Amino acid sequence: MRDMSSDLPLRFEEVTLRFGPTTVLDRVSLAIRPGAPTLVVGPNGSGKTTLLRLCMGLATPTEGRISWGGRHALSPGKIAMLFQRPVMLRRSVAENVLYGLARSDLPRKARIARMKQALERVGLPDLANRPARRLSGGEQQRVALARALAREPELLLLDEPTANLDPAATRAVEDIVRIAAQSGIKIVMASHDLGQVRRLAGDVMFLVRGALREHAAAADFFDRPSTTEAASFVRGDLVI
Amino acid sequence: MPDSASAWQLIISGDATLYAIVRLSLAVSLSAVVIAVIVGLPLGAILALTRFRGRTALIVLLNGFMGLPPVVVGLTVFLLLSRSGPLGMFGLLFTPAAMVIAQSLLVVPIIAALTRQTVEDLWHEYRDELLALNVSPAGRVATLLWDSRFSLVTALLAGFGRAAAEVGTVMIVGGNINGFTRTMTTTIALETSKGDLPLAMGLGLILIAIILMINAAAWGVRTWSEQKAG
Repeated sequence: MRDMSSDLPLRFEEVTLRFGPTTVLDRVSLAIRPGAPTLVVGPNGSGKTTLLRLCMGLATPTEGRISWGGRHALSPGKIAMLFQRPVMLRRSVAENVLYGLARSDLPRKARIARMKQALERVGLPDLANRPARRLSGGEQQRVALARALAREPELLLLDEPTANLDPAATRAVEDIVRIAAQSGIKIVMASHDLGQVRRLAGDVMFLVRGALREHAAAADFFDRPSTTEAASFVRGDLVI
Repeated sequence: MPDSASAWQLIISGDATLYAIVRLSLAVSLSAVVIAVIVGLPLGAILALTRFRGRTALIVLLNGFMGLPPVVVGLTVFLLLSRSGPLGMFGLLFTPAAMVIAQSLLVVPIIAALTRQTVEDLWHEYRDELLALNVSPAGRVATLLWDSRFSLVTALLAGFGRAAAEVGTVMIVGGNINGFTRTMTTTIALETSKGDLPLAMGLGLILIAIILMINAAAWGVRTWSEQKAG
């Protein structure tokens, strides 16, 4: 049973994160609301991963506050996260997906049904009994997606899930993400692939060196970028 | 046992003395490994997943203890268990129980140190995912131990090899009493110095065969399960 409280909107209030002398995120304020996918873009090292880790509660701000649905703690099980390199347990594909459900209060039969459904959703029903670590990078990322989707999250965070994948595998992942978004899951995805941003984004957050330079609807971001960095990023120039 | 019998004859004819010695040796070393697993697995896992003052020193100590000289362990346990020692009232000295205790002390550092290394490596890989899935600390330990089970078989094996092959501790705390605490290694040492080479060689062959068989079995299990689980 799902309780009615929601983790959205997810708000950052003047969030700063420092590792020693390095400022990774610098006074970022934002709100993530239900709706079309939010794409977090920016060059390497701009703080995209850190921003997602903060959303997931895997890091705590040095200064500032984060709230989930108005509360200052996230409720377990409502947010799922995918990492750039999928973490595959040394078990079969099916067991990897079931592992994600181990902490739910569903009976075992229901968990197995959900696992099968999730593998259908990512197009891997035939690989259920294969060792997960023997799969290709693209297949592993889809197993990770199945593990995340099986938990029926409200918010799915994806950290450059296609960075190491070829075009066909990228397309498979993007299709799954698009369908998940249509089914009502809020997607927040980091990317530095302009084409991907155009294909998926409802709105765009643009980070440069830890600062949130723009947060706009995708159409506005691409047609009328309001900062020079965003303008050159949209043109495909190198932003450092 | 006839004096003229060769090593092979002793083995093939199922010589009672010889097989009693083999049974006792296996019972002692396997018990020591079981105890060392019960202590060493959790100890290694806790060391892998926690951070506290003196942790590095403890890890260095543990790694160093993998090479503890068996005779020194034997001497220590001897002093603890001897009549005037702190544990003397249990009357364990020169019994198989004393040998199990002493061998466990030799094996615990091996199993704990190898477990620590394996679990810590896997933790670095799994960390983000397990935290994102909100897995409890106990659940993390269980997951990491289960997923490193194939590597841990090697640790177990290293521990058994050490226990089965050593002679120093069992000689000191067991006393090499005929028919009671005489193991393969102590018999080999004794019979060699007495000049009864057939029995010594027969036991030597059996000891090597046991260790080879266990290694081969473990290798097979490992290969098979890696294909199954990746």
